Amino acid sequence: MIRSFLSALALVLFAALPARAIDIQEVTSPGGITAWLVEDDSIPFVALEIAFKGGASVDAPDKRGAINLMTALLEEGAGDRDAVAFAQAMEELAASAGFDVSDDAVSISFRALTENRDRAADLLADALTRPRFDADAIERVRAQVQSSIRAQDSDPQGIASKEMARRAWGDHPYGSVISGTEGSVAALTRDDLLAAKDRVLARDRVLVSAAGDIDAEALGMLIDRILGGLPAQATAPLPPKADLKLTGETVVIDWDSPQTVVSFAQPGLPMDHPDYFAAFVLNHILGGGGFSSRLMEEIREKRGLTYGVGTGLSNMVLGETWAGGMATANDRTGEAVALVREVWGAMREGVTEQELHDAKTYLTGEYPLRFDGNRRIAGILSGMQLMGMPRDYVNTRNQKIEAVTAEDVERVAREVLDPGKLEFVLVGRPEGIEASGS
Amino acid sequence: MRRTLAFLLATAAAPALAEMPPGVSHFTLGNGLEAVVIEDHRAPVVVQMLWYKIGSADEVPGKSGLAHYLEHLMFKGTEKLDAGELSKTVTANGGMDNAFTSYDFTTYFQRIASDRLDLVMGMEADRMANLRIGEDDWQAERQVVLEERAQRTDSDPRALFAEERSAVQFYNHPYGRPVIGWRGEMEALTREDALKWYEDHYAPNVAVLVVAGDVTADEVRALAEKHYGPIPPKPDAPRDARPQEPEQRAERRMTMTDPRVPQPVLTRSVIVPERNPGDQKTAAALTVLAELLGGSPQTSFLGQRLVLTGQALGVGAWYDGLSVDPTTFAVTMAYAPGTDDAAAEAALDAAIRDFLAQGPDPAHLERVKTQLRAARIYERDSAHGRAYDYGQGLAVGLTVGDVNDWPDILAAVTPEDVRAAAELALGGRAGVTSLLKPAAPGEAAMVQAAAGAGEAAPVALTGEATGGPAPAMGDAAGAAPADPQALGGSTPAVVPDVPSPAATAPAAPVPADTPHPAQPAPASPAASVAPLADPAQDPAPEQTR
Repeated sequence: MIRSFLSALALVLFAALPARAIDIQEVTSPGGITAWLVEDDSIPFVALEIAFKGGASVDAPDKRGAINLMTALLEEGAGDRDAVAFAQAMEELAASAGFDVSDDAVSISFRALTENRDRAADLLADALTRPRFDADAIERVRAQVQSSIRAQDSDPQGIASKEMARRAWGDHPYGSVISGTEGSVAALTRDDLLAAKDRVLARDRVLVSAAGDIDAEALGMLIDRILGGLPAQATAPLPPKADLKLTGETVVIDWDSPQTVVSFAQPGLPMDHPDYFAAFVLNHILGGGGFSSRLMEEIREKRGLTYGVGTGLSNMVLGETWAGGMATANDRTGEAVALVREVWGAMREGVTEQELHDAKTYLTGEYPLRFDGNRRIAGILSGMQLMGMPRDYVNTRNQKIEAVTAEDVERVAREVLDPGKLEFVLVGRPEGIEASGS
Repeated sequence: MRRTLAFLLATAAAPALAEMPPGVSHFTLGNGLEAVVIEDHRAPVVVQMLWYKIGSADEVPGKSGLAHYLEHLMFKGTEKLDAGELSKTVTANGGMDNAFTSYDFTTYFQRIASDRLDLVMGMEADRMANLRIGEDDWQAERQVVLEERAQRTDSDPRALFAEERSAVQFYNHPYGRPVIGWRGEMEALTREDALKWYEDHYAPNVAVLVVAGDVTADEVRALAEKHYGPIPPKPDAPRDARPQEPEQRAERRMTMTDPRVPQPVLTRSVIVPERNPGDQKTAAALTVLAELLGGSPQTSFLGQRLVLTGQALGVGAWYDGLSVDPTTFAVTMAYAPGTDDAAAEAALDAAIRDFLAQGPDPAHLERVKTQLRAARIYERDSAHGRAYDYGQGLAVGLTVGDVNDWPDILAAVTPEDVRAAAELALGGRAGVTSLLKPAAPGEAAMVQAAAGAGEAAPVALTGEATGGPAPAMGDAAGAAPADPQALGGSTPAVVPDVPSPAATAPAAPVPADTPHPAQPAPASPAASVAPLADPAQDPAPEQTR
């Protein structure tokens, strides 16, 4: 009875909630680079997200890991400054530039106080256009990258993701580790790094997103200051769409641990698919809803088989899956995996009106909460641009979720969710599991 | 830049008399509940955090893990709410909730649209006084915390090693026991244990309410009076003084090998003072020292001596002064497999000796202070992060004034203060030297001695990965990087590294709705590896629901 009281309250409140529209400006710099901006002068700094499409996936075929190593070296000296002088100069300006790489983008998260903005931008421009790739820095960072590769290879979760990626994407760049292998990294030369930079860091690949204390005109100038010296075009083509190769097998990788790490995946839906939002709502009910999802209820709350289980629509630029994971005691892994399949299949019988309602209120209510800081906003804009979403997505997205009906959800569950298509990768010493693949 | 520094210094000239920052207010209810409100009206969001000044270090011997177990059971319902209904209600209202337990406090929080504060505060107050734990729920939940231990500790040699290091570090203080609990003792915890813990320690007079976001102080005060105000205090609820450490005289050494360890990590750790009310100067110097020693691989002292010279893959220096009792200062060094262990340790020792002899580089100290000043601007970008600063500070016994003073006290640290702090932390007092190494292929894991200390959280300027509030559950865009703001007065030492079960689940993917490219979904079946994971970092000690 309390439950219905609270739900009623929720309905009333939601009806009254004025969604604050997010105003995303499109800015074109004098040099012709476009950017998205959310202006807010309440704190005197700007957060900038710069993403170069292609990411590690445009590595040359025999140079896996070159873009990853190159990215890690961008902050290790540029222009007249070696690694130490470069880091000191950033510190003196109290600015920061974080360099990161993923399958889909090389990303730079930059932050500078308004008063130091131009000088910090000059440093970042040096890093992007005049990196030194000094021999000692290459060797030092190479050793660190090799260390992180060893770390992934000795981590059951790392082993599971790597194997799932290999099975899902085969020879496509998504199918291998972006950092390469210890061996491939060992073979990289300074020339390889220079070539890798030209394959990905170019003006025709860049997406710029900004939030904070800067207006459109100043942002245009800032962008040209940072990116104007980059080549107009990248030397490598963007990779093709990735074909998903999952076949519904179950593989076990032996690992001496009290728990088994369980990773599972089946085909997903692209974000521009008409059923994407129905699938998004469906996923929330299945395994995306934190403590309230069906999988959490059955596997954690009722039986205590795991600390956490979750699923998600995993959308990358060139391919997508519907994936999930958990860790569970070896002797109860069979039971937990059977429950995943059972709950997965039961979704095909549809969801209750209450589940649908709760999922929608969560998904629509949570969305505006994300836009509560310059850095978070810049990050969101960058992700939107990378996935090819329109600017007004932020203000139309909730309507699309509201429009999903119980019939849509049930239909999509029947058409898309299939326990028989679920591929399982288990790392541990699970009991009660019949391996089908190798 | 110099001009700016002068300006900022002028506003911060008199340590220990800092005023309440704009938008921050503080009040105490008649029943003893202390509240801090942090206004940030940029987005229609509010965070409510309720910090209880009780944690695992207050458990009696033999009942380790009880504080954290009760934290889980706090989601099992009240007279008004069914088991799980609180989280369901928060979620159905578009919010997320979670909780975490550390040595010194137990914290519950929700992040939700600001017009729902009344709703979540009502539920949080309800479970302060009216918890009910069903017969079926307590056993399944005990299994959940055992699986949590299996996932986060038993499956991770670094966590196992850190746990044993703490046990070696502290002879007598309960900081030597893991927050999650020793497995054998966790298995024996009962519903009665949990209820007694709740009855004894959950009360408004040992709680700190922090509300941050799109609210006003008056609104929060009215809601707090309405919901928390009627709950009577419990005179015996405050924690008892804990057993303290005797003087430690013996140097301790421990080594563990494990085939799952990618490279050797050497740690030297020693017990040092924490931040105390009206007395934070030593802690400030230790905080700055940690930054100078291990802050950045390119500019820190140990980074330049050991990483840039190729002797180490990574270095770190860790200190977190936000604790009730004396805490640890640690330096760590990860090096390439195959390196001679004794030579690696000698290199670390030589570097430390030189730092003690030379003192800090004045230019480096000045740069650290520049960043500290900037952190006070950057930290305003995260109301949730600031909620951690106040909540954690008050939960360990500091006053709001102490929290406000901290940036100025940091800014006033002199080279002489740093030298004194270095002498205190590294000058040869009895500590623990611990080495976690990979086993040779085929060699069985072998514990040669036990070890563990790492409750020190990383000093903030060192890493984007430290700070910040828990990201929204299962949401890539919610996991935007948190501010590195610790030195600005705020590294949430208790940031849940694993904020939610969804995020916890290995390989649990994140919905790609407006993804953040810098934060790829952890489970997307792409085999990404973070290019430079910090090899010298211990897992955080606190436990998340």
